[in-house]
Amino acid sequence: MTGHIFAQQAVNGLVLGSVYGLIAVGYTMVYGIIGMINFAHGEIYMIAAYLTAIFLAGLTLLGLQSPPLAILLVLAATIACTALYGWSVERIAYRPLRHANRLAPLISAIGISLILQNYVRLSQGARTQGIPSILDGGFHLFASGPDAFVRLTHAQLLIVVTAIISMFLLHFFIARTAMGRACRAVQQDRVMASLLGVNTDRVIAIVFVLGAGMAAVAGVLVTLNYGSFDFFIGFVAGIKAFTAAVLGGIGSLPGAMLGGVVLGLAESFFSGFVNTDYKDVFAFSLLVLVLIFKPSGLLGVPEVEKV
Amino acid sequence: MLTVRELCMRFGGVMALNRVGFDVAAGSVTALIGPNGAGKTTVFNCITGFYKASSGQIRLRGQTGEIDLIAILGEPLHVGDAWQPGKLAHKIYYKMFGGAHLATRAGVVRTFQNVRLFKEMTAMENLLVAQRHRVDWRPLSGLVQSRRFRRAEAAAVERGWYWLDFFGLGEDGNRLAGELPYGRQRRLEMARAMCVEPRLLCLDEPAAGLNPRETRELSGLIRQLRDRHGVTVCLIEHDMGLVMEISDHVVVLDHGQVIATGTPREVGEDPLVLEAYLGISGEEAA
Repeated sequence: MTGHIFAQQAVNGLVLGSVYGLIAVGYTMVYGIIGMINFAHGEIYMIAAYLTAIFLAGLTLLGLQSPPLAILLVLAATIACTALYGWSVERIAYRPLRHANRLAPLISAIGISLILQNYVRLSQGARTQGIPSILDGGFHLFASGPDAFVRLTHAQLLIVVTAIISMFLLHFFIARTAMGRACRAVQQDRVMASLLGVNTDRVIAIVFVLGAGMAAVAGVLVTLNYGSFDFFIGFVAGIKAFTAAVLGGIGSLPGAMLGGVVLGLAESFFSGFVNTDYKDVFAFSLLVLVLIFKPSGLLGVPEVEKV
Repeated sequence: MLTVRELCMRFGGVMALNRVGFDVAAGSVTALIGPNGAGKTTVFNCITGFYKASSGQIRLRGQTGEIDLIAILGEPLHVGDAWQPGKLAHKIYYKMFGGAHLATRAGVVRTFQNVRLFKEMTAMENLLVAQRHRVDWRPLSGLVQSRRFRRAEAAAVERGWYWLDFFGLGEDGNRLAGELPYGRQRRLEMARAMCVEPRLLCLDEPAAGLNPRETRELSGLIRQLRDRHGVTVCLIEHDMGLVMEISDHVVVLDHGQVIATGTPREVGEDPLVLEAYLGISGEEAA
């Protein structure tokens, strides 16, 4: 009896975890490079959900029938738009505070988060909205036997595969391109990098754009999977992804992905076997436990005090 | 090549630099000396765009004309600027896009008294970061490892090896910078600075913490940089032996003011300099 629940919850947890991981990457990269928590990051994810609906409606209006093509176009357009949001937020709210007290950009981030939420509420309405499902169907993981009802839908598969591809692309970007190398340099010593001729403001902007792009991927995929969204989804998703980033070790890219998957699996198993209402309590208890025994997170490096 | 005039730097009520002025001739080695707290490092910080000077002029002459090293950091706007649209546009441009990286691009590069390497990157990667003019920045060509990207990268790596060999670090290219012994980290920092292909190389106490043999090697290297690579060197140094040996021109600072300039010999006989130094050495002995 429990075998197939386990399998189904593992599938669900993995999907949820991939989403958390994609959003967590944005938190962890921004923290790594300028040491601040970008509380407006969850709103970028929420905006991506709305953009998905808008672009999808537009494409349907233009008479586009093929779902794979539609998904690709929507993904590309949404990433482009949210990248612009990410860049603008950094330019308007954080760059002027670059040399200010550490708390100032944090407060600015909370402000931007409220502004974006209410801007969407005013322009799109406060009601929960939805899109028709364009990705139906799925597989049964086991051909026969008692586990036969364990299902992986096409949308879920798309989420996991896209998350893996995005993570690999991001990894290659950081590890192998000249801009990625500049990002690592800025992360280690921003002032020195600028004294070597690296335009640190541009590198920081790129990091925000990348983070927003990853959040957009998550936003599009989740919207395609669940179909409903409102102006407040960014808050919960943001808090969970931030938890995932801290769990995995904030500042570490593989840590963000691992933290996301661990958090997703934990939530999903807890709701499958124990209680759905307390799944968040369990997730945050897990965070507390990990931080007690390993304060820097699963893959984080212990912080060395910089002089 | 470098002209500093009336340079003032205030930190709150403290006047760290008071109307400092000196010149650095192209192709020379100029040493900045003075007792501790005289403001030598502050001068360096202003030249390299690390600090924004309170007032004064720092100009760098090059093939492309004169560059104002203070303006590129972004100056505050005044009401009077409204009458001069050209000047206003310049100021707004630098306010938007200016920063210390422009000083580096103009050809000024520095090293630090306490070594500042990217410790979690390999020595070679440290050198590659500095070669922004040589590598292919487009993210896509890096992701697909296009031929142009690989060619640019190979050229940068080759240049990197050249400077590693020059500074005797030929075996350390693939080691993490943070793992290298101290003396080698110092030389790696100079190698990295040279990868920027500066016209003016500013060295902040390059001999600090080196033993006498390493210091001798260093003076040979600095001389080679000037003679073979046409780099103008400006250095801060406490090791008077090194200063007297390699510098063409010495600027002496005390309490944020220039008290003497000239050849090492002239400066060594200047009564003001002797007083400033003897006062300090008396304190040190106590």
